[in-house]
Amino acid sequence: MSELAIAASGVRKTYAGAQEPALGGFDLEVPRGTIQGLLGPNGAGKTTAIRILSTLMRLDAGRAVVAGHDVSTDGAQVRRRIGLVGQYAAVDEILSGRQNLVLFGRLNHLGRARAAARADELLERFGLVEAGNRPVAKYSGGMRRRLDLAASLIVSPEVLFVDEPTTGLDPQARQEVWAAVRELVAGGTTVLLTTQYLEEADRLATRIAMLWHGRVVREGTPDELKAAVGDDWIDLVFDDPAQARAALPVVRRHADGEPRTDERRISVPVKQRTKALVAVSAALAAEGVEPAEVNLRRPTLDEVFLELDRQQGSRQEVAA
Amino acid sequence: MTAVLGETWVLARRELTHWRQQPFGVIVNWLFTVMIALMFGGLFGGAIGPDYFDYLMPGMFALSMFFGVEATMTAISTDAAKGVTDRFRSLPINSASVVLGRCLADLMNSAVGLAVLVGAAAALGWRWHEGLASAMAAFGLLLLLRFALLWVGIFLGLVVKGPESVTMVQILVWPVGFLSGVFVDPETMPAWLGTIAQWNPLSATAAASRELFGNPGLVPDHAILLAIAWPLVLTAIFLPLSVRRYRHLSR
Repeated sequence: MSELAIAASGVRKTYAGAQEPALGGFDLEVPRGTIQGLLGPNGAGKTTAIRILSTLMRLDAGRAVVAGHDVSTDGAQVRRRIGLVGQYAAVDEILSGRQNLVLFGRLNHLGRARAAARADELLERFGLVEAGNRPVAKYSGGMRRRLDLAASLIVSPEVLFVDEPTTGLDPQARQEVWAAVRELVAGGTTVLLTTQYLEEADRLATRIAMLWHGRVVREGTPDELKAAVGDDWIDLVFDDPAQARAALPVVRRHADGEPRTDERRISVPVKQRTKALVAVSAALAAEGVEPAEVNLRRPTLDEVFLELDRQQGSRQEVAA
Repeated sequence: MTAVLGETWVLARRELTHWRQQPFGVIVNWLFTVMIALMFGGLFGGAIGPDYFDYLMPGMFALSMFFGVEATMTAISTDAAKGVTDRFRSLPINSASVVLGRCLADLMNSAVGLAVLVGAAAALGWRWHEGLASAMAAFGLLLLLRFALLWVGIFLGLVVKGPESVTMVQILVWPVGFLSGVFVDPETMPAWLGTIAQWNPLSATAAASRELFGNPGLVPDHAILLAIAWPLVLTAIFLPLSVRRYRHLSR
């Protein structure tokens, strides 16, 4: 049996009427038993990739093998081995949580008694016992997501696709969903998770592939990618532009790159986060310049992808 | 094949569970056509004539089948919008089961609705006069019309986007319902409207039912034949369209 749960090579997909391909040569290899993050901004092709790999959509060219079966020629075999959690909680809102799980159990060809028992197990596991007999319409966003996950796990899938599991959820619900995904992998399932949040991919994924305009542009462990995406930033905001001008030379001494300035704001890249923060704060205090705000942050995904774009652009210039 | 039957039944049962979860909505739906029948039979019957109630009821039966289009369309478009259709498509089940489950569920719903309406009509004095076999044939034709309209509903449900379109169809069922032989004989309408109404598939089923129930009303030639042909034509058009549309989901 292959060691790869997902193997996609050169997958192309262009929607009817679209100028740009949604996927333009998508390559990805995911070893069994890992969580693969697929990170990218809106429109990068994440959902298209998931829909093709879960057999919901046909690919135009290339090849994709999921759980040992080709999605183009052997879709029925793939569907026996996968679970899909789409962007919206795909559950029946009129039915109760329990009735949903029994329905999907029966559709996975479990017998009546087995489906009922499995529903109870999953309600227990996802903390939904109490809400089990209430209609899903009355569930919170986080509860729906958990039910959605539970419904995908009725017959433990070999590969689980999870498309932006926490989009639109509050932080509490996001934590609940993360805990649920982690538990899955403990059971041996391979997970392909798409997200727009670097933090989410960082917390959950064994490896991350960065998707940009329909292609995987970087692939690696979260640490490798973080190293690749650049340093942390200290943001300083001042009440008065004059203060910002006075602070700039002080701050620059502790920066690991060129600061960005904007009237009342200074952003500096730093390599050693806490050390730099202490040093900058002490230097400013010694100069008697008091910032209104001091923040230490990771680069935003936008910055990361802009950086990638810039690097690619300069590479192309070199090639030309 | 047995797998398809099993899956179909599981999916149809989902609808029965909906009834149990929301009995009020389902009952109101079934009583809605009873209310329309009372309104027209009771309020207009006096002005139109003593036979009107007997004339009206077969038309109401046909109209209640037609109202089902809206239910099918809403169910299909809701499942598609909520991602439930995608979940079904990612499961190891035959895609025919998803559609057949919807058909069976909606036919059950319409059959119960029809039974409620027939019961109410009988309580108010409506009768069939041509024997049980003939009455059963009429009910068969009514459900055949419903079966054909299922495909119209499935097609519309896969085509429309969002609740606004559902509202539009909810409004449009009325002129289509009125422009037929459901409430009055098309012969009494202005010639051009009467011609359109005559060709409305609802008119064929209403007229054939009147003939088979032995209720009053002018029955055009070949009414029963038309009531069989029209649903078959509708099915022949909308079944392939629905299948194409369903396949289109994976484009």
